[in-house]
Amino acid sequence: MKQYFFPALRLTLVLVLITAGLYPLLIAGLAKVAPGGGNGVTVKRGDSVVGYANIGQKFSDNRYFQGRPSAVDYNGAGSGGSNKGPSNPDYLQTVQERIDTFLAHNPGVQKANIPAELVTASGSGLDPHLSPAAAKIQAPRIAMLRGLPASMLTALVDQHTKGPLLGLLGPATVNVLQLNLALDEMK
Amino acid sequence: MNTELLGVIATYAITLLIAIPLGRYIARVFRGERTLLDFLSPAERLIYRVCGINPREEMNWKQHLKALLTINMIWFVYAFFLLVFQDRLPLNPDGNAAQTPDLAFNTAISFLVNCNLQHYSGESGLTYFTQLFVITFLQFVSAATGIAALIVLFKAFREKTTTKLGNFWEILVKTNTRLLLPLCVIIALVLAFNGTPASYAGKDTIVTLQGDTVGVSRGPAAGMIAIKHLGTNGGGWFGANSIHPLENPSYLTNMTEAIAQMIIPIAMVFALGFFINRRKFSYIIFGVMTAGMLLLLIPSMMSEMNGNPAIAQMGIAQPTGAMEGKEVRIGPAATGYWSTITTIISTGSVNGFHDSTMPLTGLMQLVAMMTNCFYGGCGVGILNYFVFIIIAVFISGLMVGRTPEFMGHKVEAREIKIAALVALLHPFLILAGTALSSFVITRQPELGWLNNPGHHGFSEMLYEYTSAAANNGSGFEGLGDNNIFWNVSTGFVLILSRYLPILGPVAIAGLLAQKKHIPASAGTLSTDTVTFGVMTMAVILIIAALAFFPALALGPVAEYFSLYL
Repeated sequence: MKQYFFPALRLTLVLVLITAGLYPLLIAGLAKVAPGGGNGVTVKRGDSVVGYANIGQKFSDNRYFQGRPSAVDYNGAGSGGSNKGPSNPDYLQTVQERIDTFLAHNPGVQKANIPAELVTASGSGLDPHLSPAAAKIQAPRIAMLRGLPASMLTALVDQHTKGPLLGLLGPATVNVLQLNLALDEMK
Repeated sequence: MNTELLGVIATYAITLLIAIPLGRYIARVFRGERTLLDFLSPAERLIYRVCGINPREEMNWKQHLKALLTINMIWFVYAFFLLVFQDRLPLNPDGNAAQTPDLAFNTAISFLVNCNLQHYSGESGLTYFTQLFVITFLQFVSAATGIAALIVLFKAFREKTTTKLGNFWEILVKTNTRLLLPLCVIIALVLAFNGTPASYAGKDTIVTLQGDTVGVSRGPAAGMIAIKHLGTNGGGWFGANSIHPLENPSYLTNMTEAIAQMIIPIAMVFALGFFINRRKFSYIIFGVMTAGMLLLLIPSMMSEMNGNPAIAQMGIAQPTGAMEGKEVRIGPAATGYWSTITTIISTGSVNGFHDSTMPLTGLMQLVAMMTNCFYGGCGVGILNYFVFIIIAVFISGLMVGRTPEFMGHKVEAREIKIAALVALLHPFLILAGTALSSFVITRQPELGWLNNPGHHGFSEMLYEYTSAAANNGSGFEGLGDNNIFWNVSTGFVLILSRYLPILGPVAIAGLLAQKKHIPASAGTLSTDTVTFGVMTMAVILIIAALAFFPALALGPVAEYFSLYL
């Protein structure tokens, strides 16, 4: 194998230089003109950064739209899901408790209308989105607490709904952070 | 029609539209014909000169394997030491610690063999330096190694009788310069322009709208995520892999990443036909592989979109399907699709956690990795399929009473022995590993590896060894696998299940190619017919089903019945 060792060693160094040195630098350079300049896209209120567009935040206050349960408590230093299997009795108990909590905080909501995403943890623990239905089901609660008509909030959700890609592909989503920023603007 | 289903169909359709011309391009590159990227030739010549390589020096199959193993050994030593000393190296803005030797052993091997099992989380277990100089580098070269081994096989069947199978270094370099790098630049830019970080800035700290102080991990991720998929590697920049909203920010990036991981495996099937001038042979292989994929895909998507029956019983709505471990912007249909493609082609990246998928989906993921040849990983997918072809040729030969032949060469005892050994290695490693870990955890339950009780807990261990042996890299991630037992045991499974299934098929191809060529006659069993395709499929199903059925019955099948009956 000796005759292969030195070409292999030199080729290794050259390929390291290209794939781990030059290639990421090229992408970082080109990404400077991308939204966020390659540092991630931030969301501002006034001059201050209040978050990242793609990273979900925790909203425990009932006056806000609340995102999905998170296994990492929405701390983007890490990421992860519950990794609970579908038949795990402890897990099913947790889901049942989340349903009960949701019903207690949202009087008047029919259990059969609660979308599963509101009581199941997301995979990343940082899911920034809800489906329009999962946002709208929270509208009556927020309307009551903020003294606004519920129809205005439903309209706000519609306004912030991003349809499927090209109107055809994939699910419709609502970004919870953006929605709550708009909510705070309403008087 | 449901937009989620439409999204999946569009994703697969675009994959084929790219893969077929790409296959033709790959064949042209390795036949040395003219292509669009010939302006890179001077750069390649410079690389050969710097490395002291003569690209015209033809190698036989043994020399190819020696070169392959030598350079892989260098990569292993290089990667291991960088991981162990990463805390003292530059580009560590988050101040992450070094990997322990057993974890570094596992990580180095896992990325060296294109598997990408990750017993750490990217945010805290690596530095930017090792993410790039170990992980990204190995993701390029391990994919190129698999492709290079397959090109040797292509060359063996192009000529009637030959021992000259091209130059390993040249194939390795060209795979990077002509195939992986150009495509990666495009994919990385799609990601970077849709929200994936690409700069070297460290972890950010922000105060959220309601006043919590949280971190946001970042880094030069876009380029790594591109090769992670294009090279069917699968190891994520972040702990949550392509579920993470920075690693996979939108439905568009989700489609891009799903397409990126499929195009080379499918293109290689067509490249084979173009390269050896037997297109019909390619179409039959493609047909069998696609049928295999659909058999796994349809039940997975259906069970994810139907939701969890235990949650349905609680009386709430599952309008899109099972949502535990999934993301709203991706949805259960695209997650079901991804869970199948990532397991058939050995990528192992995930866009929804497999541990939380329905039992039937989990079963399909396992079977996908147990067969491991429906399209399969970069290069190695066809090598695995080739082993089944050789066995099918042998069995068909016995059935009709003819001497088994493949591509005009007699298939004799030596080749069959190698093929049988490679085919049996896979179930042996998986079942022996699962048996060992089940024994250990039963004796010492305080080790506490399992995140779920009962059948699902057993599936977590079965999945880990299946993923290691298939060089897949996905996991039932609840399993507590960063300890000496799992790091070392899966490490050895990884080595054996990578190199023997490369050595075996290349050796068979090399041995066949040096035999006398027998022209096809009326007595020749032809391998480019539908009948032979069905025969190969039967061999695959029998080997996978018979060997694994008892283990599957204890895990996902039992869980299915406990949940649905």
